[in-house]
Amino acid sequence: MSEAPVKKGKKKFELDPRLAGYKGVWVFVEHERGQVHPVSWELMGEGRKLADMLGVELAGVVMGAPGDETRRFCNEAFYHGADLCYLMQDEILKDYRNEPFTKGLTDLVNAHEPEILLLGATTQGRDLAGSVATTLKTGLTADCTGLTIDPDNRSLAATRPTFGGSLLCTIVTLNYRPQMATVRPRVMAMPERDASRSGRIVEQPLGMVESSIITKVLEFIADANQDKPQLAFADIIVAGGKGMKRPENFQLIWDLAKVLGAEVGASRPVVQAGWVDLERQVGQSGKTVRPKLYIAAGISGAIQHRVGMSDSDCIIAINNDPNAPIFDFATYGIVGNAMTILPALTESFRQALATAKKAG
Amino acid sequence: MSEKFDAIVVGAGPSGNAAAFTLAKAGLNVLQLERGESAGSKNVQGAILYADALERMIPDFRDSAPLERHIIEQRMWVMDDDSFIGTHYRSEGFNKEPFNRYTIIRAQFDKWFSGKVQEAGALLVCETTVTNLLRDDKNRVVGVQVDREGGTIYADVVILADGVNSLLAKKADFHPELEPRNVALAVKEIHFMPQEVLQERFNIGEEEGVVIELFGKITNGMMGTGFLYTNKESIAIGVGCMLSDFKDQKTTPYALLEQLKEHPSIKPLLAGGEMKEYTAHLIPEGGYKTIPKIVGDGWMIVGDSGMFVNAVHREGSNLAMTTGRMAAETVIEMKAAGKDMTAANLAEYRKKLDDSFVMKDLKKYQEMPEIFHNNRQFFTTYPELVNRSAHNMLHVDGVDKKTKEREIFSSFMQKRSLFGLMGDAYKLWRAFR
Amino acid sequence: MHIIVCIKQVPDSAQIRVHPVTNTIMRQGVPAIINPYDLFALEEALRLKDKHGGTVTVITMGPPQAEGALRKALSYGADDAILITDRAFAGADTLATSFALAAAIRQIQKNMPVDMVFTGKQTIDGDTAQVGPGVAKRLDFQLLTYVSKVTSVLPKEGQIVVERRAEGGVQLLKSKLPCLITILEGNNEMRFATMPNMFRAARHPVKMWNRETAGITDEDIVKIGLKGSPTVVSKVFAPTPHTEPAEMIEVESGNPKDIADTVLAKMFTRFPAVAKEIARRA
Repeated sequence: MSEAPVKKGKKKFELDPRLAGYKGVWVFVEHERGQVHPVSWELMGEGRKLADMLGVELAGVVMGAPGDETRRFCNEAFYHGADLCYLMQDEILKDYRNEPFTKGLTDLVNAHEPEILLLGATTQGRDLAGSVATTLKTGLTADCTGLTIDPDNRSLAATRPTFGGSLLCTIVTLNYRPQMATVRPRVMAMPERDASRSGRIVEQPLGMVESSIITKVLEFIADANQDKPQLAFADIIVAGGKGMKRPENFQLIWDLAKVLGAEVGASRPVVQAGWVDLERQVGQSGKTVRPKLYIAAGISGAIQHRVGMSDSDCIIAINNDPNAPIFDFATYGIVGNAMTILPALTESFRQALATAKKAG
Repeated sequence: MSEKFDAIVVGAGPSGNAAAFTLAKAGLNVLQLERGESAGSKNVQGAILYADALERMIPDFRDSAPLERHIIEQRMWVMDDDSFIGTHYRSEGFNKEPFNRYTIIRAQFDKWFSGKVQEAGALLVCETTVTNLLRDDKNRVVGVQVDREGGTIYADVVILADGVNSLLAKKADFHPELEPRNVALAVKEIHFMPQEVLQERFNIGEEEGVVIELFGKITNGMMGTGFLYTNKESIAIGVGCMLSDFKDQKTTPYALLEQLKEHPSIKPLLAGGEMKEYTAHLIPEGGYKTIPKIVGDGWMIVGDSGMFVNAVHREGSNLAMTTGRMAAETVIEMKAAGKDMTAANLAEYRKKLDDSFVMKDLKKYQEMPEIFHNNRQFFTTYPELVNRSAHNMLHVDGVDKKTKEREIFSSFMQKRSLFGLMGDAYKLWRAFR
Repeated sequence: MHIIVCIKQVPDSAQIRVHPVTNTIMRQGVPAIINPYDLFALEEALRLKDKHGGTVTVITMGPPQAEGALRKALSYGADDAILITDRAFAGADTLATSFALAAAIRQIQKNMPVDMVFTGKQTIDGDTAQVGPGVAKRLDFQLLTYVSKVTSVLPKEGQIVVERRAEGGVQLLKSKLPCLITILEGNNEMRFATMPNMFRAARHPVKMWNRETAGITDEDIVKIGLKGSPTVVSKVFAPTPHTEPAEMIEVESGNPKDIADTVLAKMFTRFPAVAKEIARRA
């Protein structure tokens, strides 16, 4: 069950007058090694909608090393819908560390008092959000799948799955500000990028010295790129579940993925059994994906997996149980033995590609 | 340093709990090992609690045990495809305290019973499976080996209470591989509904309960029965047949249960209910003839593991508790007298059982399984015949009663012939004698 | 060296079964387990104890039945267990929970200094990942989240080096004790408890602390439980099934090749975007 208590009864709510001064929607712009994490732009798109509903400004928050890079990020924030951007530059902020980032962001919040603060539910986002919410003694709702404004009282209504995803709940932070929420990557849609948009930058210093910060970054060890799956952004995914029966059969998934140039995904039981890497897990405790095509073989379609891939444009499900829940929401369903269907699909796709190549 | 106990009880279901409780209460140092995640977690039952068996150990159990409803009405339905003919017995006598039978939720009850066992001083360790019995050079059982490092544990006596599929007893060669003909596979669902609806539907008050035993065409000619019990705010419905029959007929137990739920007399009883639990279990059915050796040097068998189930009256948990208690009492007596736990000494347990309803009832019905196995007409033809006869008799259509009687009689003769009818009567007599 | 491991007892959502015929979700009688992510944290703590010596204390804030989770933790090898339980904690969200846990840890520190606090990455029932950071902030401990490896610990010098998972790579961080670490899953495997540990767990008394014993004063009552929770659930509802069931592909021949060709043909017609995507890869 969600860790927030259930409110009984709904009486007209009055915001504590001390908090009335909190205005504005903020989105924390997360970046690592020169790249802004796309979730920040997805949130900017959502933030734009919320700001419009409230009639307030949308701001990005960029924290990083001095130089042009962070200014570029501010411009990108404008292109994605922000009206202004708070910029905090300091050598200390070169790499992400909990202590300086928490202090910097809380200082910004205390100085400018936004009513809503959104962060991506990434390792960095969750690390920062928890610390900031506790410092500010305010409410934080994690992994939201929906954000909207309650017209009755102008507060943020955050919806998220509960109890394994079979139910949804809406959580509000009534008398605390800012209302904080994190959202997982790929849950919200990417907004349009308009390079003609502009905004204003508000700068603020960090006000810390390196010697006072206890944790130091010794090194950053990048992942070997070819091995790292990029499921979250893949347009075609072939995924396998326990219905594949044996780890050796998973080769059929890899074969089809190879022909399609697709990423390989898996359900939680398969990852837990060690057949594939944790990075390939799709589902509530794994990755959320939104490919154009998702082929699911030997996956029952239980709710925990479903919430991770149900937004795929086209889902082809293969399962030899005609009552498998996946057939309740897939686009196309094939009742059959994945071990014979997958090679047939591989061959058919291979031919289709060959035809397309000749035509093109 | 390996640990040593006076007794190790393998299993924390009703028989194991009864044994461990009795031993601990008498001050013996008892270890109880359960392979499931908690006491009774591997157990499935209808479930009916027979107060008598429990009272003899915990006279005031009613104060704290989780009880659903006390049973005041028993119904027995012989079913055809879309009808049934039944007998009901309902008595205010059953409404006088102390109540004699209750419906319970197995998992909750076992947890409660296990709490009592631990209060009495037994040490319970769960999620631990006994993999082997330890023997000395004279082949006496002196302890157990479990599936954990450092898992050699010694005891004066080991009581096997590990259920119908006791792999341990098989491994130790105490009894042969369980044959499909001697065991039933039963499936059960629990349907939740508002208390008031349930009580209205079954014509019972807040704490009163009804038991319906089902029999006949609902098992598609296989040897088996069904049941429906009323809990506080749910109905337990289930059906079970001999495993050998399922194998031969290639029907699945769930298909059978689905069919039962669709029966026009059953469906309305479940209307509006929300199905929230689904379980399956094996039940010993072989009866007296399949009871294995139950004592040896340093070991005893209690409960389902010893095939102590009276299938005719559907009594299993009370036999389990009684055998568990009697085994424990035997151990206590031997210990007090300073005697060793040899087969000869522990044979006192068998004596106690023989003198009690346990063996007496099982002996009485020992022919039953075989007779029913070989006479499927009791599950198909007779239910059909009695139902149709009743229909005929009750259908007012201008035909005179004497003709109706003749029709009924001839239908019986036709289906079974005079010889067959007499033979069937004789078989029933033999079975119930 | 003294490590505290915070665990939580949660319903085992993996055991929520689906009825074989009706496909309804059955939540009745779902057993309670130790949050699986916490096991990685506990195992890591036990490994450090094996290596450096010291004690591991497990704590949890929960209802009385959470004692079962603590006993389980003892059976794996934890030395001591404390259940912080009180009606006043009911309805706590993550902010109120971190307050209570931090208060309890301060109490523990009075008797035995604490070098590290370990928690799992998140819970399977709340999955906010907020309590760990919250506790760290309140205790003023260095916070190291998503730690995939504790590379080295020098308890006497109070130094620690860890690998922390970030996007695209791993940060090698150097920090000082005391610290709070949230452990990433998958980097160790919980040991199978030995029989002697099972006996110890069955016999060991679990300490029960109410709000007062946990060091939460009367003034602080507003910071725990429902009163101390900024977030409230305003409603719980079933997701609207805005999906249609799948179009089942059936062919006369039953031949896999025909099935494959049929589904491809249908898909390319209905989803030109997918067809374009495939063509792009040709």
